[in-house]
Amino acid sequence: MSERDISDESRPRLAPHRRLKFDAVRRGWTIQAPERVFVLDEIAHAIVSRCDGEKTIGQIVDELCTAFDAPREVVAGDVRKLLQDFVGKGVIAP
Amino acid sequence: MNGIAPPLALLAELTHRCPLQCPYCSNPLALDRARDELETEIWLRVLSEAAALGCLQVHFSGGEPAARRDLEALVKQAADCGLYTNLITSGVLLDEARLARLAEAGLEHVQLSFQDSHAANADRIAGFAGHRKKIEIAGKIRAAGLPLTANFVVHRQNLANTGSMIALGVELGAERIEIAHVQYYGWALKNRTALIPTRDDLARATAVVEQARTRFNGAVVIDYVVPDYYAKRPKACMGGWGRRFLNISPSGKVLPCHAAESIAGLVFENVRDRPLAAIWESSEAFQRFRGIAWMPEPCRSCERAEIDWGGCRCQAFALTGDAANTDPACALSPDHAMIADIAAAESAHPPGGFIYRRHSS
Repeated sequence: MSERDISDESRPRLAPHRRLKFDAVRRGWTIQAPERVFVLDEIAHAIVSRCDGEKTIGQIVDELCTAFDAPREVVAGDVRKLLQDFVGKGVIAP
Repeated sequence: MNGIAPPLALLAELTHRCPLQCPYCSNPLALDRARDELETEIWLRVLSEAAALGCLQVHFSGGEPAARRDLEALVKQAADCGLYTNLITSGVLLDEARLARLAEAGLEHVQLSFQDSHAANADRIAGFAGHRKKIEIAGKIRAAGLPLTANFVVHRQNLANTGSMIALGVELGAERIEIAHVQYYGWALKNRTALIPTRDDLARATAVVEQARTRFNGAVVIDYVVPDYYAKRPKACMGGWGRRFLNISPSGKVLPCHAAESIAGLVFENVRDRPLAAIWESSEAFQRFRGIAWMPEPCRSCERAEIDWGGCRCQAFALTGDAANTDPACALSPDHAMIADIAAAESAHPPGGFIYRRHSS
């Protein structure tokens, strides 16, 4: 496992020079990154907006289980999958 | 909005003036003259129109955008409008003071082009001794606190250095590295025999990129563009015609892509004459290849019609004479055999000399 893999102890945050921004035209959240834009759906925004470098993955999953009243194993799987993908794209720092 | 989704990004080609003479320049063969360039006031208006239309990012490009003295003012206007601002530059006209002013104006990212990792070959390809200056300016970009993309355009005369290009990008502190094979329109089409690699050389370079990607796992993002001539499926050019991007030429023409002027018969409207939103939503050039209704077979019934959007209109025009044909890069195109034959034949010969791109205003 490398230091760039998401683990339970990770405290993910937006990578430097990335911005989470509400877009009034599309009425949705986006991540602005060098030469790319990610348009987030509701779930992705719920996950990414909690990546403040303070909360662990476990805490983020707990919050989402409560917020969406969803089973923990499903939420945990979704969170890890999305964040690992965003780490690979340089959007999230693990 | 007439059901037409807004664009994500504006490519603002501020000028075609450039000290470099790269033989694969993406500018059209007929370059806009300095005296025909849009005035500052018009660019200021257009940037605010682009933001209101829904653009999220603006890429200031050229030519060499730093040849415009009002670059700082344009960056500031874009940032004030909430656009994410990116400067695509050769770096050779920049210095520390100007970078500081651009950062102060709100610039958020710089893409710096390199012609090779080896100075002598880089300068030969560019037709300009600028490589050492680029190395120096990369350090100043990082020192100004700006994130850096190192862009390397690759072809048969530098492809073997792909590994050392990635190493150079990392050494310069780039967080993103682009290894982009030349695509053959405009100047590059003119220089195709001097640029097109063999299939084996391409495969070696691709393996080098894949190894580096695994090694960095997102710590350095490596974007890789393969040449269409060796593809089985076409690229989704511009993410689909008139879907995500618009390009404004130095003289104000609004184009669906930077090469669209190569397609004979298309008429492009000018920001001097009409608001940007009206041009995006209803101009004939944007409507012509928007969506999938224009498609011939095999595209129309293809399950990938809304994935690759029929590939590249400019390439279809350049190689088949009709921009409405399927991009010959697609293995399903009746013209696909031609492109593979051209690639095999031309790459087997020694490269010819370059026809350099020169700007005379």
